Amino acid sequence: MNWLSNWLSNKWRSNNWQSKETSSWQWFYRLGSPRWFYLRSGQWLPWLSLAALLVLATGLIWGLAFAPEDAKQGNSFRIIYIHVPAAFLAQSGYFIMAIAGAIGLIWKMKISFMVMKAAAPIGAVLTFVALFTGAVWGKPTWGAYWVWDARITSMLILLFLYAGVMALQYAYHSVDAASKASAILALVGTVNIPIINKSVDWWYTLHQPATIKLTSAPSMHMDMFMPLLVMIVGFYLFYALALILHTRNEILRRERKTSWVRELVTAKAGG
Amino acid sequence: MSSPAARKMNSGFVAWLRRDLLLAYRRRGEVASPVVFFMMVSTLIPLGLTPEAAQLEKVAAGMIWIMALLATLLSVDGLFASDYHDGSLEQMLITPQLLPLPILGKVTAHWLTTGLPLTLVSPLLGLMLSLPAAGYLPLICSLALGTACLSLVGAVGAALTVSLRKGGLLLSLLVMPLYMPVIIFGTATVNAAVDGLNWLPPLAILGALFAASVALCPLAAAGALRVTASN
Repeated sequence: MNWLSNWLSNKWRSNNWQSKETSSWQWFYRLGSPRWFYLRSGQWLPWLSLAALLVLATGLIWGLAFAPEDAKQGNSFRIIYIHVPAAFLAQSGYFIMAIAGAIGLIWKMKISFMVMKAAAPIGAVLTFVALFTGAVWGKPTWGAYWVWDARITSMLILLFLYAGVMALQYAYHSVDAASKASAILALVGTVNIPIINKSVDWWYTLHQPATIKLTSAPSMHMDMFMPLLVMIVGFYLFYALALILHTRNEILRRERKTSWVRELVTAKAGG
Repeated sequence: MSSPAARKMNSGFVAWLRRDLLLAYRRRGEVASPVVFFMMVSTLIPLGLTPEAAQLEKVAAGMIWIMALLATLLSVDGLFASDYHDGSLEQMLITPQLLPLPILGKVTAHWLTTGLPLTLVSPLLGLMLSLPAAGYLPLICSLALGTACLSLVGAVGAALTVSLRKGGLLLSLLVMPLYMPVIIFGTATVNAAVDGLNWLPPLAILGALFAASVALCPLAAAGALRVTASN
C-alpha cells in the first residue's frame, strides 16, 4: 500500500493541475477581493453613469414626447415608461440579490454578501415605485388607486419579502450572521416567489371582478413599444450603477479597518 | 429494513419528537394558549363585524384560517428559543445525525401540540361563525395539512431569528409573506365546498405545498441554525 500513498501524495503535491485551475478561475477570485472590486469599479463608474443617463434620457424623451397617444387612455398611459421597467427590475432584483447571497454562502465570498446587502434596498425602492406609479395610473384608468389585482398583490408581497430580508440584515450585529441569515432567507424567498405568484394568479381568477379588465393590451404598437424597450435597458443600466455605488459604500464601511481603505481616505482628505 | 444506519437516522427524529412532546406535556398550560387565543379572537369577529349569520358565513372560512395562521405564528416563535437558551440546541447541532431529522422531529411535535389542537377545535369555531354544513370536512382536512405547512415554514423563520432578543415580531415579518399560498388554498378549499364545487383540487395543491415544505424546510432551517446559533 505504500506505493499507493506515495503516488497519491506526489499527485497531490504536483502543482501542475492546480496552477492551471487558478489561472482559469483567477478573475473569479479577484472579483471576490473587495479592494480589487472597489478600484476596478471606480474605473467603470463614469462610463456606466454616462450610458445610463443617455439611455434613460433617450427613452424618456421618446416615450413622453414622441410616442403616440393612447386611443383610450390618452396621455395617462405614458406612466408605463416608468411603471413597467420598475416592476421588471423589482422582480429581477430579488433574484440578483438571492444569487449574490447564494454565491456568498457557497464560495464564502465577502463581496457577494455586500452586493446582496446593497441589492435589498434598491429592489425595495423599485418595488415601491412600481406600486406607486401603478396607483397613480390606476386612478384615471379604473377610477381607484388600489385594486386587489393579481399582479398588484404579487408586487405587494414582493415588497414584504424585501422588507423581511432588510429587517433580518439589520437585526444582527455580527456582519457574518447578518449576511448568511439574510442570504438563506433570500433563497427561501426565491423558491417561494413562483409559488406565491402562481397562487395569487389562481386566487385572482377565482375572485375576478367582472368590471375590470386591465391587461387587455396584448399587442402594443411598435411606436409605443420601442421607447419602453429603451427604458427597460436604461433601468437595467441605472440598476447596475446604483448597485455598484451601494456596494462600494458597503465595501468602505466593512473594510474600514484595512490599510488600503485608510490610505484611500487619507489620500482623499489630504488631496 | 432496520439497518443500523437507518435506525440511527430515525433515532434523531424520534428522540427529539419524544423529548419535545414530553416537555409540552409537562407545560400543558402553554400548549393550551394558542387554542385559547384562537377561540378568543373568533369572539372578536362577531363583535367587530356583525352578529348576522348571513354575513358571518361568508367570512367564516377566511377568518378561521387567518386566526389559525396567527396562532401558529405566536407559538412557532418558541420552537428553538428555550433550546437555544438552555444549550440543548448546541447539543443538537453537534450530534452526528443529519441535522434536518431532529428539526423535523421538533416541528412534528410543534404541529402535534398546536396545529392538531387548532384543527380539532375548528369545527366549534365554524359553528360559532355559522359556517355552512358542507364546509366542515374541508375545513378540518385543509387545516390539518395547512397548519403542518405553517409549522414547517415557521421553523425556518424561527431558526433565522433564534439568537435575537426581540425575534418574535421579526419572525412574523419574515414568515408572513411565505404563508400566503397556504392561506389562499386553505380558504379556497373550504369556500369551494360551501359553494358546492369540487374541493379536492385546492386541497391537493395544499398537499403539494406540504410535500414541498417537508422536503425543503428542515434543510433550510438546519442551514439557518448553523449560522444563527453560533452567533
